[in-house]
Amino acid sequence: MKHIKTLNKANLKESASKGGCGECQASCQSACKTSCTVANQKCEK
Amino acid sequence: MIHKYKLNGYNIVLDVNSGAVHVVDDIAYDILDFVNEDMKQVPDNSVIESLNNKYDKREILNTYDELYELKELGQLYAKDEYEKFSNMLKSAPIKSMCINVAHDCNLRCEYCFAAKGDFGTGRELMPFEVAKNSIDFLIENSGTRHNLEVDFFGGEPLMNFDVVKDTVKYARRLEKKYNKNFRFTITTNGLLLSNDKIDFINKEMSNVVLSLDGRKEINDRLRVTSNSSGTYDIIVPKYQKLVKERKDKDYYVRGTFTRNNLDFANDVIKIADLGFDQISIEPVVLDENLEYAIKKEDLPRVFKEYEKLALEMINRKKAGKCFNFFHFMIDLEQGPCAIKRLRGCSCGNEYIAVTPNGDIYPCHQFVGQNEWKIGNVITKSFNNSIKEYFAKTNIYTKEKCKDCWAKFFCSGGCNANSWQYEGDIAKPHKIACELEKKRVECALMIKAATLQ
Repeated sequence: MKHIKTLNKANLKESASKGGCGECQASCQSACKTSCTVANQKCEK
Repeated sequence: MIHKYKLNGYNIVLDVNSGAVHVVDDIAYDILDFVNEDMKQVPDNSVIESLNNKYDKREILNTYDELYELKELGQLYAKDEYEKFSNMLKSAPIKSMCINVAHDCNLRCEYCFAAKGDFGTGRELMPFEVAKNSIDFLIENSGTRHNLEVDFFGGEPLMNFDVVKDTVKYARRLEKKYNKNFRFTITTNGLLLSNDKIDFINKEMSNVVLSLDGRKEINDRLRVTSNSSGTYDIIVPKYQKLVKERKDKDYYVRGTFTRNNLDFANDVIKIADLGFDQISIEPVVLDENLEYAIKKEDLPRVFKEYEKLALEMINRKKAGKCFNFFHFMIDLEQGPCAIKRLRGCSCGNEYIAVTPNGDIYPCHQFVGQNEWKIGNVITKSFNNSIKEYFAKTNIYTKEKCKDCWAKFFCSGGCNANSWQYEGDIAKPHKIACELEKKRVECALMIKAATLQ
């Protein structure tokens, strides 16, 4: 494409159908635990 | 839903429901002002009429075709297909536990959320028996979950380090029997770090959070001992030793910025210049009426500071001297699944906190608030209705999150902050939301600048 560059594969929908195993790290959202975004986590699968 | 914005010369378009991130030129960016979820293969005349004084008609049509192609690929205006999963969320095994081994602290930081260490409930250290029961409780309630997280927290956990060591030893003994893998972490102010403690932490803790607010004058203004002396000179060499010996294991040097240092990018840079490459500096969360709190009118200044930090990180990355800033970390390819993103921390459901006397709370931020006490690890009492409530709380039960473009990045924010400052777990903390959105914008821009 000439006008658009896409940075990533859009996989959110796919991840929903295969997701929810619960093995990933808990992602505390409070400041003192340094974990405010969920998106910085890795999937354990 | 899309979110588009300009930052550092980049036109960025996030397609919220697919997670796709696009960098577009000006013409594509402008066309998006005139189209929506219902865009057709051929543009309405109004699109061309609105833009043909600025762009060539053929270019408008070509660009429109590209945008339409993305829509057809499910990467633009993708539908929200996740609400149905939110209705299926149910109570999950407990896999993560914060053990408050010390409701006591050797610092007297003015901004401490834990009332300078004792959570307002009196200074107390956790006996080993309570820690042992906590581990048993976690194993018993973890179902088939293999990976279990235990965070030693306080107060200052090094004030009760023998219990930390005995608890780790006890849990390790049970790993094989119950097919569990314990991941321990510890959060410390560093004052009591000794060579022995560093060795133990580096051997047993999968992550360690080391508190430091940045520049000496900033750190020592608020992070003081009971006789008001600063800690910077004591803790920095200890942190440097710990991190050096830790090799490639995870750590964070973590600080707080307040209204006193809205130029906090300088504190992040200072920490990087001390040789640390895993850094987190976070906004203090306090009642807006308190002196150190970040106020609504401070937001433009804070946003500029995040932008300044983002630019510095791009420059350092290009120069091969990069560091990691926790709040700008986003994994666009291998991040957590959409299900995980619906309810974020899952406090009170998958994650609980235990106090020195064994009381259980949804998380460390709820400790001391009696209405949120869930049970006790000694008596094994547990209020499942509170657990159920948290299990069902998600971005679709929070009115403001439902329509927010950042919902799959923050997953509804901190429930404890919502309760404390908005009076309702379903109402996200407004200032935290604004800060989070700005950080996500900066993080995506850094990706645009460094992936191209």
